[in-house]
Amino acid sequence: MLTQAFQKVYTKITKLTKATCTLKASGIGNEELAYVDGRPAQVVKIQGDEVTLQVFQGTEGVATNSEVVFTGKPPMLKVSDQLSGRFFNAYGQPIDGGPEIDGEEIAIGSPTVNPVRRKQPSELITTGIAGIDLNNTLVTGQKIPFFADPDQPYNQVMADVALRTKADKIVLGGMGLSNDDYLYFKHLFDNAGALDRIVSFINTTEDPPVERLLIPDMALTAAEYFAVEKNQQVLVLLTDVTLYADALAIVSNKMDQIPSKDSMPGSLYSDLAKIYEKAAQLPAGGSITIVAVTTLSGGDITHAIPDNTGYITEGQLFLRRDTDVGKVIVDPFRSLSRLKQLVIGKRTREDHPQVMNAAVRLFADAAKAKTKRDNGFDLTDYDERTIKFGAEYSLKLLAIDVNIQVDEMLDTAWDLFAKHFNQTEVAIKQSLMDKYWKN
Amino acid sequence: MVKGKISGIVANLLTIQVDGPVAQNEIFFVVLEDGRLMGEVIRVTGDVAFGQVYESTRMLKSGTAVEFVGHMLEVDLGPGILSRNYDGLQNDLDKKTGVFLKRGEYTEALDKKVKYEFKPLVKAGDRVQAADWLASVKEGWIDHKIMVPFKLEGKWTVKSIVGPGSYTIEDQIAVIENESGDVEKLTMVQKWPVKKAIHTYKEKPRPFKVMETGVRMFDTFNPMAEGGTGFIPGPFGAGKTVLQHALSKNAEADLIVFTACGERANEVVEIFTEFPELIDPRTGRSLMERTTIICNTSNMPVAAREASVYTGMTIAEYYRMMGLKVLLLADSTSRWAQALREMSNRLEELPGPDAFPMDLPAIISNFYARAGYVVLNNGQSGSVTFIGTVSPAGGNLKEPVTESTKKSARCFYALQQGRADQKRYPAIDPIDSYSKYLEYPEIRDYLKGKLGADWVDKILTAKNWVYRGKEASDQINILGDDGVPIDYHLTFWKAEMIDFVLMQQDAFDKIDSQCPLPRQKYMMDLVMEGINWPYHFDTFDEVAPYFKKIINVLKQMNYAVFNSSDYQKYESEFRAILNERRAN
Repeated sequence: MLTQAFQKVYTKITKLTKATCTLKASGIGNEELAYVDGRPAQVVKIQGDEVTLQVFQGTEGVATNSEVVFTGKPPMLKVSDQLSGRFFNAYGQPIDGGPEIDGEEIAIGSPTVNPVRRKQPSELITTGIAGIDLNNTLVTGQKIPFFADPDQPYNQVMADVALRTKADKIVLGGMGLSNDDYLYFKHLFDNAGALDRIVSFINTTEDPPVERLLIPDMALTAAEYFAVEKNQQVLVLLTDVTLYADALAIVSNKMDQIPSKDSMPGSLYSDLAKIYEKAAQLPAGGSITIVAVTTLSGGDITHAIPDNTGYITEGQLFLRRDTDVGKVIVDPFRSLSRLKQLVIGKRTREDHPQVMNAAVRLFADAAKAKTKRDNGFDLTDYDERTIKFGAEYSLKLLAIDVNIQVDEMLDTAWDLFAKHFNQTEVAIKQSLMDKYWKN
Repeated sequence: MVKGKISGIVANLLTIQVDGPVAQNEIFFVVLEDGRLMGEVIRVTGDVAFGQVYESTRMLKSGTAVEFVGHMLEVDLGPGILSRNYDGLQNDLDKKTGVFLKRGEYTEALDKKVKYEFKPLVKAGDRVQAADWLASVKEGWIDHKIMVPFKLEGKWTVKSIVGPGSYTIEDQIAVIENESGDVEKLTMVQKWPVKKAIHTYKEKPRPFKVMETGVRMFDTFNPMAEGGTGFIPGPFGAGKTVLQHALSKNAEADLIVFTACGERANEVVEIFTEFPELIDPRTGRSLMERTTIICNTSNMPVAAREASVYTGMTIAEYYRMMGLKVLLLADSTSRWAQALREMSNRLEELPGPDAFPMDLPAIISNFYARAGYVVLNNGQSGSVTFIGTVSPAGGNLKEPVTESTKKSARCFYALQQGRADQKRYPAIDPIDSYSKYLEYPEIRDYLKGKLGADWVDKILTAKNWVYRGKEASDQINILGDDGVPIDYHLTFWKAEMIDFVLMQQDAFDKIDSQCPLPRQKYMMDLVMEGINWPYHFDTFDEVAPYFKKIINVLKQMNYAVFNSSDYQKYESEFRAILNERRAN
């Protein structure tokens, strides 16, 4: 970090902890970016003329006489069309060997959209995955996480979703990505020939965890540039938000804050909401859609991280392995898209809502029949048929490796209905039944 | 004016060195080159005040000047509040410029240019006191009363009042004087500190009327009283917001104040988008005309979120003083409690359970206590009915916010994950939920007068059947379908009939979403007929398909216009089905 004119330089640190350092300094702003011994740091506390800095990379080796340089600005990102196709670290510096980008410098973590200026989301997003498009349809301006155990292929699913949507820009915010996953994304984006519409901000497991805290704001600042300035449809991918929350907990712990549920900071809800609420349908036509990943521990959604997330996001996509068919499926019971009502049957075929509900209801009957079988009770003919339907439904529609159009999903569902049930059992509005029932 | 300088900053908590007296909860402004940031004193130690800023504190510096205004957080009360969209500090969101909220941009709550048609209700020489009606102006479809400011004590004499005509809210409309010769010049607007209850009424009797909501799980099973309190706890995805929207659409109230407190912005957008299109069946006007929204969504500053519920309550209390029936909804009070927790944490107070402040139960109960049915000094009455939602962490009802609220609110509408998973909406737990008002003799008498002497017994009988149905279902699951007597199946299906026909309700259906009391009584009587019918079955597997038929027919009635030919057709179909299985 080169010292520039008008920057304040200090060399007397009075207190050091693993993640913070304190020194006497004047005229310093809250949240101002500084460099401690060349490492990026941010002001987190001011007490009289004492300033406490959070050093993102940790303070190992920082000495009491190390140089502290204040930049006079909060963390910034340069935005322009040159962002496209590039990979950056948590500070917005290129990590792909390419040149620095030119552009307007904007402070990250901008204020919120005025609620009365928002528009109601109404554009369908298709992914080809029936567990999403059919049962949990996504809409532009929505925010939705995948809830998945660490062993589920969530990053692959998310990459599929990203590449199949018609988004103008995809912004990837990788937090605590394994190096392998980072290379996977990089390779995939390269090969898909989609690199020019992708911007990536990456923090890998090799980078210091606290740096992750900057990733969502960086990614969303870039997203806002394209959505607000260029009126583009932007899809933001954030993986893995659980690791982001863990980093929040580390910092709050180092600052002696009292932890609340599951050792998470009391402000977890607001911290996560600040990120997710950036999803918006903007008045001039641009939009920001957020698809995130929240990894779970053993499917436990009552843990503070998924729990707070669920209260903020507009639904969740729950991945689980269906052992009957040996595939990972989008669980139709625990998944939900709160905004699907805005598009299904309106932007998709008229029979969509009823087919979706009937299929899920019959799948629930299949689950009940299986429990009955497992408990050793006799199965009725109907029970037997629902179990067969359940397996086929899971394989042909719920599995994440399905890639078909919405109409085809609906037709497949009608095929399965006709194969296993009579019309009374399916119980869909008669007019639809007359039109679509497969004989 | 008392001034100070910032001496410390942690997140949105400031420590301020002050040069004079400051009050707890006093409002201050941080003076920046390009604007002013509002905040509130939350603790004072010697000449150091601790303040929470209602805005981002980014790049604030130690030594920055602060000015104290000498009063607590106040709202403007006067004509023009109705159908506005405010933030938690009563800034008119529609008046703000640009797509993004700008730090330090404060807008006028009321319109100063609009002229209101003014009709005086008193004349010079009349004796008045705080909250007495001086005049009436037309605000949309309501008669908005201009009142003697609530903060004035003692008796006053009207020295002068302007005649009928049109005036703006800033025009002087009256002069009053008290015995010690103090003179007050009045406009149509008064200010009131939001954290104080408006107490200028004659008395607050026990609630004695039911507030109809059109939702059967409320009106029939757990009635809400006019001026009552209730809360809706539920895990995410259980339908809290849909239920609150249903209440705000259908409840029999003059005005709705909806506080979106720390929730999703898109849900408020839904109200902005839909309400102007929906017609209030009672007035024939757009629903938006009776709705005021206080909107402090989850990513707006946390301190203002705490203020938002108080702003909503104060506005509701103000309209109550005009003799109106106000329904205040807050979604969600857990976010308010979390805002309190964040500040308590930063103040390094010793924490209570789950790191919430120790006085959380007291704060919640003080707030709920502001609701109520009141008799005004002029003998008229008004009410604030309050229903809040609670978002329990992990869906666990044993957490501090739910438990504290349970101590204060009189009605408990617990949303249950299991029912939501089965799409049994509204997912209000039929067994755990309760309305304490059902125990009030006044309310019982009211219901009996309206719906017949045996009404309360019918409710209790129906609830009991649901309970027995659950027991029967447990037994069937343990012993198997053929391991229990047919009676168990019968009990289970009778309970299902009550559940499907009376308890479940389609919030998205035009007709079913709004079910008036007489219709609720009619359906209850039909279902009771089905419960008391002498059935005959030979085997258990005849029971389920038969009751599914009954339920289907009764549900069709719920979807049909009351007493229409379709409705009557389904009713005779229902009777025919009953007769198929009559025991000899």
